[in-house]
Amino acid sequence: MHKIVLKKQLSHDMFWLEFEAPYVAAKAKPGQFIIFRVDEYGERVPLTMAGSDKEKGTVTIIFQAVGRSTELLSQLNEGDYIMDVTGPLGKATEIEGLKKVCVVGGGTGNALAYPVAKGLHDAGVEVDMVAGFKNKDIVVLAEEFEAAVDNFYLMTDDGSAGEKGFTTAKLQELIEAGNAYDEVITVGPPIMMKFVNAVTAPHNIKTVASLTAIMIDGTGMCGGCRVSVGGETKYACVDGPEFDAALVDWDVLIARNAYYAEEEKESRDHVCRITGGVRHYE
Amino acid sequence: MNNNVMIKTPMPSQDPNVRNKNFDEVALGYTEEMAVGEAQRCLNCKNKPCVNGCPVNVRIPEFIEKVAAREFAEAYEILTSTNSLPAICGRVCPQETQCEGKCIRGIKGEPVGVGRLERFVADWHKANIGNGEVKEVESNGIKVAVIGSGPAGLTCAGDLINLGYDVTVFESLHKEGGVLVYGIPEFRLPKAIVGYEIETLAKKGVKFVSNVVVGKSIYIDDLFDEGYKAVFIGTGAGLPMFMNIEGENLVGVYSANEYLTRINLMKAYKDEYDTPIKHNKNVVVVGAGNVAMDAARCAKRMGADVHVVYRRSRAEMPARAEEIEHAEEEGIQFHLLNNPVRILGDEKNHVNRIECIKMELGEPDASGRRRPIPIEGSEYEIEADAVIMALGTKLNTLIRDTTEGVDLNERGGLKADDETGATTREGVFAGGDAVTGAATVIKAMGAGKKAAAAMHEYLQNK
Repeated sequence: MHKIVLKKQLSHDMFWLEFEAPYVAAKAKPGQFIIFRVDEYGERVPLTMAGSDKEKGTVTIIFQAVGRSTELLSQLNEGDYIMDVTGPLGKATEIEGLKKVCVVGGGTGNALAYPVAKGLHDAGVEVDMVAGFKNKDIVVLAEEFEAAVDNFYLMTDDGSAGEKGFTTAKLQELIEAGNAYDEVITVGPPIMMKFVNAVTAPHNIKTVASLTAIMIDGTGMCGGCRVSVGGETKYACVDGPEFDAALVDWDVLIARNAYYAEEEKESRDHVCRITGGVRHYE
Repeated sequence: MNNNVMIKTPMPSQDPNVRNKNFDEVALGYTEEMAVGEAQRCLNCKNKPCVNGCPVNVRIPEFIEKVAAREFAEAYEILTSTNSLPAICGRVCPQETQCEGKCIRGIKGEPVGVGRLERFVADWHKANIGNGEVKEVESNGIKVAVIGSGPAGLTCAGDLINLGYDVTVFESLHKEGGVLVYGIPEFRLPKAIVGYEIETLAKKGVKFVSNVVVGKSIYIDDLFDEGYKAVFIGTGAGLPMFMNIEGENLVGVYSANEYLTRINLMKAYKDEYDTPIKHNKNVVVVGAGNVAMDAARCAKRMGADVHVVYRRSRAEMPARAEEIEHAEEEGIQFHLLNNPVRILGDEKNHVNRIECIKMELGEPDASGRRRPIPIEGSEYEIEADAVIMALGTKLNTLIRDTTEGVDLNERGGLKADDETGATTREGVFAGGDAVTGAATVIKAMGAGKKAAAAMHEYLQNK
């Protein structure tokens, strides 16, 4: 059981949770993820960590309440317990040798991009951060990014906050303005990451995408998270979650991730309709 | 008294057309009368070939003699003197290639139903005596770590706690039991039985720590730093194998590990659990081991028409005979001497059919089995909205990647001595699928048992 020590609501459906997980905190590095299970009936859900504190033995996650488990998780408060937390899983972001990096985040992906951007900056890398959101209502972590990176560019689709436009356009502009990036790291919807790669490819900039795949155990047992990278089958849980964006078969990833969309929607509607979001225990 | 009936006392079972729609246990177990009658078929041979056929050397004729005499509690004591998980072995061991395969009665007629008797004794003990009186074993204060709570780890932990060690078992998943809970389905091995065995170990003093992935959450070096004097690695199966054919990453293609884990560990077949699963219409399972049979029978229970595709013939199928028979009875269709060529999908990248080619058997290959050869031009398609690949597993590298001095064997598993489980690093032992690649529950238990004895010797001479 993992006690929640801090909870913040970042937007109508985005939350910041810090909870006790000493095993995870002792080993966690930027880019790695945890798997949580909200209660006995919940799924095992992978989430990239937003931070960790070795001394306090705590881990922070930032998540969007989009499915049944994250919905239930969002209803827990400080002092409540998360049933299961496992981690840290996956490989950490490779920082060695990098001097200047641009991190491109989209939507919820920005929550996952934050620890990566901060981790790089803390390690002495010059970091530009391009964070894209649909509109001002879902903008999160703007102040945190501002404090954590060298240059922060906030983008919204409708211009209601920051600049109007897509992250890819901003990235293009930054590259054309002469910024020499050793690497671009992108976290967000697969379709955005695919287009980020389309922007960087002509400039031969190494581009790393942090993938979210459907998985169960997270330790290399179930094989559900396999992605096709450069024609080879890789496992997001143990080989990733970060891969060379130029080699990822995006269409297969997008299709695989949508497999349970109907069941998830049904499951979520069910819990909301019947119980107002709270699971009944008999 | 001798029972001269040539066949085994039949196992009462759920009707195939009832059970293929539920997840309740298929075999219902012997009554006392059936058990006594079957026990009387044992000839009590002097040289006990059955015992040699058993990886943990269960004192078979001795426990059977007690059953025949209706001394069930005594039978249980004999059984558990060498086997800590009899209720599980009685259900999942491949007896036909082990104890029963060596049984003299099997030469003319059917062998004694050793597995069924083992199960009976274990179930009788649970129902009539239970583990309420099990007491904590006095500890010698020496800390040992067991990594993985599957059959190898549980056996190793059980033997070490009985020897007085301070045993901690680390499990990466949220629930203990390894393949016994995520892999083997409820209808073959009820999870309450696994839970009961784990509870018994906990009562003896074994500490279980779940959600800890050794090699990620904590390293082997950390364990030694924390005062553990010896470590057993029983981490089981690794990454599932695929055929490397076209279409294997299409949506709806599963590894058997994933499909079974969704159903068994995550309880996708129960409404109250959130785990999503598709209710497929036509499922093709590739492979013919126990895992393939489990996946096929689960898919059937989820409402699908199920086809098993296997490149060799019936004689080469690696699954337990009983699992194959049960699968046939339940209406699984077998396409033997057939091999998948590619998997095809629709415009949304969802699998919709699988192309197979017919095979014929040639000369024996390195495994001693006749090599299957494709018959040119015999390709055909089977409609499928899900394909489950049950082809075995590779090594999980999490521990190797974070542990100095632990070498691999030529099969890609952890290098460990056959007799002791000792790895190439002092104080670190290993056994089960982590060493051998996909094998059986009982082989893993045998390895856990040998390692426990070797760890004891190592620690006593240290």
